[in-house]
Order: sequence, then structure tokens, then C-alpha cells
Amino acid sequence: MNWIGNNLPLIGERTLDHIAITAPVILLSFLISVPIGWVANRFTASRGIVLSASGVFYAIPSLPLFVALPVILGTGLRSPVNVTIGLTLYGIALMVRSTADGLASVDPDVTQSATAMGFSDSSRFWRVELPLAGPVLLAGLRVVSVSTVSLATVVAVLGVPTLGLFFTDGVERNILGEIWAGIVMTIVIALVFDVIIVQLGRLLMPWTRSSSAAVSRPGRRTRVVAPV
Amino acid sequence: MIEFRAVNKTFPDGTRAVENFSAVIPSRTTTVLVGSSGCGKTTLLRMINRMVDPTDGAIEIDGENIADVAAVKLRRSIGYVMQNSGLLPHRKVIDNIATVPLLKGVPKADAHRHALELMETVGLDLSLAQRYPAQLSGGQQQRVGVARGLAVNPNILLMDEPFGAVDPIVRADLQKETLRLQRELDKTVVFVTHDIDEAFLLGDQVIILEKGARIAQQGTPEEILANPASEFVADFIGADRGKRRLTVSSTAQPQGDDVVLIDAGGYAAGVISAPDGKLATGHSSPKSRSISNKTDQAGDA
Repeated sequence: MNWIGNNLPLIGERTLDHIAITAPVILLSFLISVPIGWVANRFTASRGIVLSASGVFYAIPSLPLFVALPVILGTGLRSPVNVTIGLTLYGIALMVRSTADGLASVDPDVTQSATAMGFSDSSRFWRVELPLAGPVLLAGLRVVSVSTVSLATVVAVLGVPTLGLFFTDGVERNILGEIWAGIVMTIVIALVFDVIIVQLGRLLMPWTRSSSAAVSRPGRRTRVVAPV
Repeated sequence: MIEFRAVNKTFPDGTRAVENFSAVIPSRTTTVLVGSSGCGKTTLLRMINRMVDPTDGAIEIDGENIADVAAVKLRRSIGYVMQNSGLLPHRKVIDNIATVPLLKGVPKADAHRHALELMETVGLDLSLAQRYPAQLSGGQQQRVGVARGLAVNPNILLMDEPFGAVDPIVRADLQKETLRLQRELDKTVVFVTHDIDEAFLLGDQVIILEKGARIAQQGTPEEILANPASEFVADFIGADRGKRRLTVSSTAQPQGDDVVLIDAGGYAAGVISAPDGKLATGHSSPKSRSISNKTDQAGDA
């Protein structure tokens, strides 16, 4: 365990590297999945195809993918672009299904009433369907976040600096403390990301916690109404 | 005035929902489309705001063919209230009511002020303004739905079985409110229901529909009750079930100035005023039809 005490700055540096790689991947996975998930949900014919394709994609072993991608993209093996695209593809594979499921979970009564009110197709999507798909999107994003943080350790094998380097290096040099540092910091990042995502969700979707919270909010006229 | 001219609707799956429907819905009155499930009444209603476009035929509002009006613009000018309220669950009550004004670009402060006025109009406690729909009872949600339908002060209000999902007592309350609102606001209301009692209670004009939205009978509740046009209508309004035809009970003793009425099944169905043992005549207001409604709700509850 001496190793940890002597290498705190290095642990900090690798942790930041790890965050720098994973945070954009999680964001990109989300942004790219929204239109794909929309297509999957919008047209019955595309739903099966898109969802099975994304499912199959997730089954591709990660190492060969990271080796093959530079050949296809023309980037270097250790280029951050290669790593970002590879990880994002896995993120999308997970997130597309959540997006499609989330959009499908929106009550058709609500979308119909929104249409009847005079929402145009695009405003209905952005202002009604996407927000209401939020809870399912959030659940999906939490999985993507954890999966990305853990998967990003693999790219250390390519020599890209992440917490995964502590695994390869620790195994090679037989330093148990180094391996432990990598494991613990990976879990810490995953937990912190999860907390951030959940808090963002609470902030952006106040209605999801309203049913219990606001009724008993103190200082207001509390006329408790039984939900029908 | 809304006019349907030889309107047909065949859905892509081949269902003929509407067959050659023609009717005039006069302004500032309530017209009720009533029929069993699948008779095409909701399809007719949704044609008025272009949620459904007819396969052929035309629908005109004040002489203008609505096919020539952009659907989104048309919908923003017509109030729509639906079953289960269809409120946006992620928006507070006040924002739900202000939905269409906000879509049309009315400043938020103005839209909210107007929304609060509408809450009073429909009899909602203003303390509910900051709640989310899920925190309201079914009856309150329906009132919010009505307030939202009125938010742009539309000439036309479409109501699609708005009280179908609330319990009978709340429904009676909402029906009363609807009558009051109609007296106060003077809108052209097109109301869809499968409940003939609701139709007779609310409708100035009632259109009874058979499958394919074929008109079985069209007229005032009084006309239809007095002269059912067909076996189907008679059956539908319950005439032959004896629910409508009430007779003075020969066995029950008059209670004070009231005489007990029984239906064909022999069940007590209501009372009629009979001061000094004589039936009151000549003073029956048109709203006396609500007597039959009362009996039905007693049966429901």
C-alpha cells in the first residue's frame, strides 16, 4: 500500500484522464441516441431493425473494435478520437433502446391531447414527448454512465492513459496497491457520475418527485387530495 | 356554425368509420353526438379540428372549408377537452391551462394571469395552480382540462367524453358546471358521449348515431323522447326498457305533496309534485328532463 501513498499525484492525474475520456462519451451517447431512438420508435418497421442492430453491436468484443476502428477511421490507435468513437458506439448501443422505450412509454392520451392543443410535430417532440420520456432516458443514461466508466479501463491496453493503466501496470509489476487504486477510483468515478445524473434528473424533472413531495410541503395550504 | 357535407372516413385498415355524414351544428348551442362505442362519434369530433381528415366530403366552419386552414393554426383556435383530461403531466396546473396561449406567443405573465381567472371560472381553488396534474383528483383534473380548452377564448369547444372516467357524483357536478358555463360563455359546444342521459341533459341538439356514424335521429331531447324515430332509437334511449315511461304508483301512498313514480319494472324511479293530490301541469320547464337523469345516476351509483 506504500505505492498509493507515494503516487497520489499520479492517481489524481489518471482519474482526471479517465473523466476527460468518459464524460464526453456519456454526453455524446445520449445526444446521438435521441434521433436514432426517435426513428426506432416512430416507424414500426425500423423499431425491430434498429433495436436488434444496437443489441448485436453491444456484443462485439471491445478490444478488436478499438484495433479495427483506426483502420476504418484513419486515426491512430491511441488517438482520443478512436477511443471516444469506440466507447460512444457502445454507449449508443445501450442508449438507443432506452430512448425508444422511453418515447414509447409516453401516454398516447397525452400526445393526442398535445396535438389537439395545437403543438406542431417538432414542438410536441421537444416539449412533450422527450421530457415525458425523461425517467426512462435517465435510467438508461445511468447504465451508459457506469458501463462507459468501466469499459474505459480497457483502452489502457492500447496505451491510452486511463485508470486502466493501473491494472496493466500493476499486474505486470505485481503491485497490488496499484491495482486497488485503479479499482477504487473507477468505482468512485462511477458513483459520482451516477449521483450527478440523478440530481440532474431531479432538477430537470420536478414533476417526477411532486406526487409525494409537494402535497406535504410545509408552509402551504395543505389540502391533501387523494389521487384518483 | 359547423357544417358536415357528405363526409366519409375510411381508415387505412379498411374500417369505414363515417359513411356519408351530413349535419349542421348551429353556433352558440350544445350539440351532443351520442352512440355506442365504435359508432364513429369521436372520429366526427376529431374531424372538426383536423385530428382526422375526411376521406372525402367537406367540413366548413362559418362557411370556410377547414381543409384550407393549416391544422396547427385551426387546432389552436378550437378548445378541446378529452377523457382522462389529457393534461401534460410535466407541467403545473397553471402552465397546463396556459398551454395554447403560450404556444401562440402570449407573454407568460399575461397567460398566467388569464389562467388564474379561468381557474375561478371553472370553480378551481387557486391554491392548486402550482400543483402538478398527478396531485389532483379526477374531477379537478377534468376542470383543469375544461379551463385549458377555454384558454384562448375559442368560439368552438370540442368535448370528447370528458366526464367518462369520473365517478357518478363528480360527473353530475361537472355536468351542472358545464350547463352553467355554457349559459355564461355562449360557445358552440360539440360534445361526444355514449351516455344518453348526459346527452339529453346537456344537449340543445342531440344526434344519435348508429355504426358508421349514420344518423339514427337528430333533434332536441324533447323531440327524440316524444317520438323515437326507430326501434334502434327507442332501444337506445331506453324507452322500451321502461326506464323512461314512468307511471304513478298505485300502491305507494303519496308522501305529502309528492306522488311516487315507478318504471315499467315496478321500481320506484322518482317522485312528481302533486299539491293537494293533483299533478302539477303547465309549469314543467324544459330542464325537467333532468329527473330521468337523476334516476339513472341513482342506478349507476
